[in-house]
Amino acid sequence: MSSATSRVAQVRPAPTVEPATTAEAGAAAAAPGQAATETASVTGSNLPSGGGLPPEGTARIAADYSSYRVVAAKHPWRWVGTAAVALGVLAVAWSLATNPRWEWGVVAQWFTAQSVVNGLLETLKLTAISGILGFVLGFILALMRLSASPLLVSVSWTFSWIFRSTPLLVQLLLWYNLGYLYEKISLGIPFTDVRFFEVQTTTLISQFAAAVLGLTLNQAAYSAEIIRGGILSVDQGQLEAAAALGIPAWRRSTRIVLPQAMRAILPTAFNEIIGLVKGTSIVYVLAYSELFYTVQVIYNRTQQVLPLLLVATLWYVVITSVLSVFQYYIERHYSKGAVRNLPLTPLQKARKFFATHAVTNRKSL
Amino acid sequence: MTATLTPATRGLVEITGVRKSFSATEVLKGVSLTVEPGGVAVIVGPSGSGKSTLLRTINHLEKVDGGHISIDGKLVGYEIRGQKLHELREKDILKQRTEIGMVFQNFNLFPHLTALENVAEAPVVAQGRSKEEARRRGLELLDRVGLKDRAGAYPRQLSGGQQQRVAIARALALDPKILLFDEPTSALDPELVNEVLDVIRELAKSGTTLIIVTHEMGFARDVADTVVFMDQGQIVEQGTPQQIFTNPQEPRTRSFFSKVLEPAFNI
Repeated sequence: MSSATSRVAQVRPAPTVEPATTAEAGAAAAAPGQAATETASVTGSNLPSGGGLPPEGTARIAADYSSYRVVAAKHPWRWVGTAAVALGVLAVAWSLATNPRWEWGVVAQWFTAQSVVNGLLETLKLTAISGILGFVLGFILALMRLSASPLLVSVSWTFSWIFRSTPLLVQLLLWYNLGYLYEKISLGIPFTDVRFFEVQTTTLISQFAAAVLGLTLNQAAYSAEIIRGGILSVDQGQLEAAAALGIPAWRRSTRIVLPQAMRAILPTAFNEIIGLVKGTSIVYVLAYSELFYTVQVIYNRTQQVLPLLLVATLWYVVITSVLSVFQYYIERHYSKGAVRNLPLTPLQKARKFFATHAVTNRKSL
Repeated sequence: MTATLTPATRGLVEITGVRKSFSATEVLKGVSLTVEPGGVAVIVGPSGSGKSTLLRTINHLEKVDGGHISIDGKLVGYEIRGQKLHELREKDILKQRTEIGMVFQNFNLFPHLTALENVAEAPVVAQGRSKEEARRRGLELLDRVGLKDRAGAYPRQLSGGQQQRVAIARALALDPKILLFDEPTSALDPELVNEVLDVIRELAKSGTTLIIVTHEMGFARDVADTVVFMDQGQIVEQGTPQQIFTNPQEPRTRSFFSKVLEPAFNI
């Protein structure tokens, strides 16, 4: 025992086995004088007892651990796991780079070919149009479903029921073959012979129209539920407060409820849009020349099946990545007020990193 | 605090035989109450006695099943045409509500709008004032509740007491004749209660009619002209704070106060 520990033991009114051992361990690590003064100051502040069995009426002083060094817990299995995964990632990367059958040269050659880019633009067009129309229709369906009218509620419910329970492939083929069911489409007064306008169904429903129709209606059924879920997630008190302030119903929805609902809607909505990007590939059954169909046409001619599928895949990855960046910033925008302080964006983090490092470098010079 | 020195001539609330049921439970069993212009009525009573529901019928957040409520002689939620009461359309109900401010137990501030935006929203969309005017008035009101420097803060960046003070400023922004407080301090930490009560005390002197549901008995005694004791959907007893707190006539009132009033509070 050093002199420090003995002094520590002296200031303790009720010595027990436990604090004596910790004091011994501490004395080995800390400067003796420091430990003693700190313990003394604790004694002065008269801290209440923290357990043990002190004699009646005497307060036990809490032990002082400030002179101890903290040793982090070790996680050896975490290192083993990390090493195993790193090895796996390395192996995959190595095989992608060295296996000649991936034919990266062919991939590079077709990646920006005019026909592929045209297909890509068609995919983007389909996604944008059916995504926007789908969500607009979905919003209307969600409001119908939440309305007080039983008819509107059941129409909205039936819509979602039908379009969610039939395969998209069947829906697309049905729209494309609508001409078989209804030869002509006309606008007139129902149940009379008055017609303002009449057209052959086959001329009205092109491949593009069938694709947009199918994707939009299908998307609307799903987005209606997403938007409804978002609206339901907003506290009823918000609507009450807005109503009590005399804010009109439309404004209540758009200014008060929807911005708050967006936080719940956005993650799932982006899931849907990303699904839609790749889902557009299904319209190849209509021989519509979007990205996937274009690639198929090419590999049927050149027989370079895998490299060309890789071309399409890489483009889908690019689109999804861009969308994910949008998602990050849009979600951040709508989290205003929901979190106390917004976290830094990656760009801001980078700027801060360089700024602080520039400062430290200057200091060290 | 306020510049209004006009004697209170507006804000007469007359509640006559109001009934309200939720499915099988009758929560208001024919309640009648008159609050004079500029008066301060505090409603007390055990939970489930119908206090909050009564408050919410005054601005038609709850539709009544029977009886009627009028403000300055004008029916709330209905219009008399011939021998019939026609239910008002949404637009007219909203217009009536701008004359009645309400402060909620859980504040119900709009979390995605700043304190100032919360206060300045309704005057623009419900009363058609200019954005500039609403902003200026909003800052004035935030200043009045002592939060001018927090105008740009979002509700979650404010303490409970500060949030409730913003909510009071928001209710004041419409220049209401009547202010309804639904347990304004029940969701607050004890040390934050007084900052909110102080604001309400100031309002009590301003000539606006106040109807307050609260469990703060000391505050009720300070601020009320009339204390109303409710139990099981009925008004059991009402009178001046002096009468109700020190000399209640009804056994139910006596037994309630014997439970809620600390001995030190008894005069």
